Amino acid sequence: MAFPEPKPRGPELPQKRVKTLDCGQGAVRAVRFNVDGNYCLTCGSDKTLKLWNPLRGTLLRTYSGHGYEVLDAAGSFDNSSLCSGGGDKAVVLWDVASGQVVRKFRGHAGKVNTVQFNEEATVILSGSIDSSIRCWDCRSRRPEPVQTLDEARDGISSVKVSDHEILAGSVDGRVRRYDLRMGQLFSDYVGSPITCTCFSRDGQCTLVSSLDSTLRLLDKDTGELLGEYTGHKNQEYKLDCCLSERDTHVVSCSEDGKVYFWDLVEGALALALPVGPGVVQSLSYHPLEPCLLTAVGGSVHCWREEAYEVEGGTG
Amino acid sequence: MAALDSDSEEDLVSYGTGLEPLEEGERPKKPIPLQDQTVRDEKGRYKRFHGAFSGGFSAGYFNTVGSKEGWTPSSFVSSRQNRADKSVLGPEDFMDEEDLSEFGIAPKAIVTTDDFASKTKDRIREKARQLAAATAPIPGATLLDDLITPAKLSIGFELLRKMGWKEGQGIGPRVKRRPRRQKPDPGVKIYGCALPPGGSEGSEDEDDDYVPENVTFAPKDITPVDFTPKDNVHGLAYKGLDPHQALFGTAGEHFNLFSRGPEGASNLLGEIGVNKGRKLGISGQAFGVGALEEEDDDIYATETLSKYDTILKDEEPGDGLYGWTAPRQYKSQNESEKDLRYIGKILDGFSLASKPLSSKKTYPPPELPRDYRPVHYFRPVVAATSENTHLVQVLSESAGKPMPDPGTHSRHQLNASKRAELLGETPIQGSSTSVLEFLSQKDKERIKEMKQATDLKAAQLKARSLAQKASSSRPQPSSPDVGTCSWHMALSGGTAATRASSFKPFAKDPEKQKRYEEFLVHMKRGQKDALERCLDPSMTEWERGRERDEFARAALLYVSSHSTLSSRFTHAKEEDDSDQVEVPRDQENDVNDKQSAVRMKMFGKLTRDTFEWHPDKLLCKRFNVPDPYPDSTLVGLPRVKRDKYSVFNFLTLPETASSPATQAASEKGPQHQGPDKSRKPSRWDTSKQEKKEDSISEFLSLARSKVGPPTQESSPLVIKEEEHVTESLSDKSVSKGVDSQTEGEGSRPSMDLFKAIFASSSDEKSSSSEDEQGDSEDDQAGTGEADFKSSQETDSAETSSVARASEPVAQEPAPSFPIQKMQIDEREAFGPRLPPVFCPNVRQKPEAPQKEKHKKNKEKHKTKKEHRRRKEKKKKHRKHKHKGKQKNKKPEKSSSSESTDSSDSPSGEEGTVDLSPQELLRRLKSLPLRRQ
Repeated sequence: MAFPEPKPRGPELPQKRVKTLDCGQGAVRAVRFNVDGNYCLTCGSDKTLKLWNPLRGTLLRTYSGHGYEVLDAAGSFDNSSLCSGGGDKAVVLWDVASGQVVRKFRGHAGKVNTVQFNEEATVILSGSIDSSIRCWDCRSRRPEPVQTLDEARDGISSVKVSDHEILAGSVDGRVRRYDLRMGQLFSDYVGSPITCTCFSRDGQCTLVSSLDSTLRLLDKDTGELLGEYTGHKNQEYKLDCCLSERDTHVVSCSEDGKVYFWDLVEGALALALPVGPGVVQSLSYHPLEPCLLTAVGGSVHCWREEAYEVEGGTG
Repeated sequence: MAALDSDSEEDLVSYGTGLEPLEEGERPKKPIPLQDQTVRDEKGRYKRFHGAFSGGFSAGYFNTVGSKEGWTPSSFVSSRQNRADKSVLGPEDFMDEEDLSEFGIAPKAIVTTDDFASKTKDRIREKARQLAAATAPIPGATLLDDLITPAKLSIGFELLRKMGWKEGQGIGPRVKRRPRRQKPDPGVKIYGCALPPGGSEGSEDEDDDYVPENVTFAPKDITPVDFTPKDNVHGLAYKGLDPHQALFGTAGEHFNLFSRGPEGASNLLGEIGVNKGRKLGISGQAFGVGALEEEDDDIYATETLSKYDTILKDEEPGDGLYGWTAPRQYKSQNESEKDLRYIGKILDGFSLASKPLSSKKTYPPPELPRDYRPVHYFRPVVAATSENTHLVQVLSESAGKPMPDPGTHSRHQLNASKRAELLGETPIQGSSTSVLEFLSQKDKERIKEMKQATDLKAAQLKARSLAQKASSSRPQPSSPDVGTCSWHMALSGGTAATRASSFKPFAKDPEKQKRYEEFLVHMKRGQKDALERCLDPSMTEWERGRERDEFARAALLYVSSHSTLSSRFTHAKEEDDSDQVEVPRDQENDVNDKQSAVRMKMFGKLTRDTFEWHPDKLLCKRFNVPDPYPDSTLVGLPRVKRDKYSVFNFLTLPETASSPATQAASEKGPQHQGPDKSRKPSRWDTSKQEKKEDSISEFLSLARSKVGPPTQESSPLVIKEEEHVTESLSDKSVSKGVDSQTEGEGSRPSMDLFKAIFASSSDEKSSSSEDEQGDSEDDQAGTGEADFKSSQETDSAETSSVARASEPVAQEPAPSFPIQKMQIDEREAFGPRLPPVFCPNVRQKPEAPQKEKHKKNKEKHKTKKEHRRRKEKKKKHRKHKHKGKQKNKKPEKSSSSESTDSSDSPSGEEGTVDLSPQELLRRLKSLPLRRQ
């Protein structure tokens, strides 16, 4: 049993709204922190991708070039490039500074639900409803993917990457973990269509949310169930979930307009944070601090812990 | 002593220039002191000495280039009158004058080389020269050459000399000399036949009558006979002035053409001064006695008649040859024989045997048979066939190693085709024999079992499908082939094993298949009339037309199925090629065992499957991870080659949507497959799918009911209805677009259809996909979006607040993203069903059916069929409910059953359905309806 050992800490959950970004790009399909948590990306249904400073609420740049709504985005480790995927079946590699499209990878047969950089931003992994994960090489000019992981039987809803693993959740109710180092594919059956998966920060567990309104914490190596988290509502939409910055809590969106926090170990509901009217579509947790971004409708909220004081005047 | 002195003088080597002999009374000059010595160039100019390390003497103009002006480049001048000729520059052009001088690197003056400096003369060459001179038309012409002939002894001479050889001697062991029988008088010309050379003796021995027994002599120095053709008009043996004789003359020696030739030559060429008494002067036929001749006795007496034989007399008693050139027989034959035989030294106490040893009798080797071949075969197998029985017999009789006749093959070397040839069978048309040949033994057995087990069922289903075929074939001429193909598929594809290489869409009908293969061959050759050629002439026009279509389509599909199809439709691919044992079984268990495990929350081993997975090498590189399988070339999951399904399998896949469970069944063995087979037209088997759906939907609903309150169920309904209002517009347009698309593509090849549908190929996608979507949407979405944006704020605020009162959960998203919904719906028409992207309209239910479809994929799982059927009906009801909710998807779906749902709902595979011509599509849609 590889429980991460959470440090009992005070209720440092982000529950204080410090900023609201009115993104102005239609529905915000996804909100993502960058690698260090200083910026965030919002994916709009108006085909744009926007880069923000969430704490200050300033719009830094707008990236337009997608042919359809943008469904997911990710930033590279060095913040030099972004990738995004959307309803136009394309995966786009952006240059952060210039805002130009560096490359457009086409090959998916359906909407691209999720994109991720690998650790060194040399490969973009994109999961699509065409049930394939494609690994696009950013280094070469090859138009076709390096490899296509087409083991899934249904659309890919979520892809996460560690240094040597690819974690993919599929609507076919399975979480597949491709271990490049071992050359093995681990497939865990969850049953219900999977909406989101993520690694715990210690890399020992995987968190899986599925359409049966349940979050499950699975041991990465054995696939055993470590914890189950219920109470929220997730039956229809692809909602995000994540772990808090120290793996102390499990966080999930809900269709009832709240964000739910569970204690990871005890599995008890720690907090139901009312975010807004409507489905909380996406969320992103700061990598280091108790800071949460949530996307509801066309706006993004930034949440901090209670003790947080807004710095600077610009707020 | 004098000679010695002279020799030593000659051998002296002196360096430097000798001092001029002093004249009497002159005082010796004082040597020029060193500092006064000067060096001048060839023009008399002084050369300054720099020192050895800076180049020695100054050169050029103050140590620069040649003149005060420097180098004057040669200018190219060419006029009409004076054409400049191309000058090829040699190395000399770049040399200084000094280089060409005596001591330069390329001296031009003639200097004595080593050859000239030799002190001894090259006798051989001299001899040759003298020979040439002697035989030359003008005697003495080479005399001049002799004067400057370089003479150098070769190392061979030196060595021989060291070994005791002397010039003038022959080479070889010393021999005893037999007393000469006839000594020709010197100076006497002998005409007639030559004496054999063996009999001739050295001239030195001429005078010796007595030869002591124990004295041996060196062999004679024999110069090979010079066969110079006579090309002059002199008389035979005419010899001009012999320079040798003339100058140093061995008087009285006459040239004897034949017997004396070699000897004479050797004499002639022998050491000049050494020969005899020195005779200076010229002697010869044309000259008298010179003044310096000492002997003048034989001046005029050289030729006398007395020197000739005047009578024929018994020259050699006992010889009896009388001048014939046969080798002489001497009385002392034995002796000579001995001599001849043994020329070595006889040891003391030994004597040569008087009697020759009786020669050993030797037996000749046996004669080889004519046809003997000196080749060794290892254990050749000679089969006793009619052709080589004789051979076998012979071989066995001879008890030797049998030599197989190369022309005949042993039984073991024959393969089927060769045997067929031997038997005179007509070779089978087409690339290979039959599909069954490709089956493994196991598969064959399986098939047999299945056949037996499911005969009844098969017949039943056959009848059914026949009926279907008949009914469907009438309106659409091309559909029959689909029927047959589905048959075939069910037969061969479903059970086992057509390989990719032997794609046989018409295996069911061997005649047709043959024709099809013929057609392919013709196509390959690029013949235009390929179709016409291979069609059966006895067929009716209608049949022909139909078959033509079939063939063309099959050929097309065949090509595409390998490359594009397989890459496009990932599900099918996996199920097709994935590891037979692992993947399917795993999936199988899922549905039942795993679900129950999940329900019981027994995650872990029960729910986990582990596969060997091969990442791409490049991917490993990019991830900075060592390749876990550095030796393997395979990528992805290891795949077991299974039977390649016919194209029509691909087409039907989505509908039949074999479930993993069915796969498992197929793998598990014959008993499962039996049922499989029986349900050939699995496509039409909606019941199964429904059943599966049922199970899952059941589960889902169960979970749902657990999780959420019943209101949730109703809430979506409400939402949907709301949406319908907004969507009805869009739906219309969408469906229109879809229709037009399908119509347009109905006539086109399937690949185009694919592209149009998925538009994922690079260029097309960018333009077409976006355009398509854009177009279809823009009319609606453009307007809609405007609405949306404006309404987004307002709606979300208003409706949400309103809706919230009733259903806070579900309603909000709906109003806020009406457009999105519509778009998604559209896309669903084109491609795979959307997973629950966060958008509101995506449901869980759609996914479940998909899953089940996949499981179904090609094989059907029979085992649970019955149960499913029972459940089926219940499920159907449920489905209807769901459908009512999911209005968005409905419009296109004609049928209520899940099967249609699945067929229409396009996931990657389902697109394949669209691939097939329009008729197929229609048919598919219509069929379930019929069923119902």
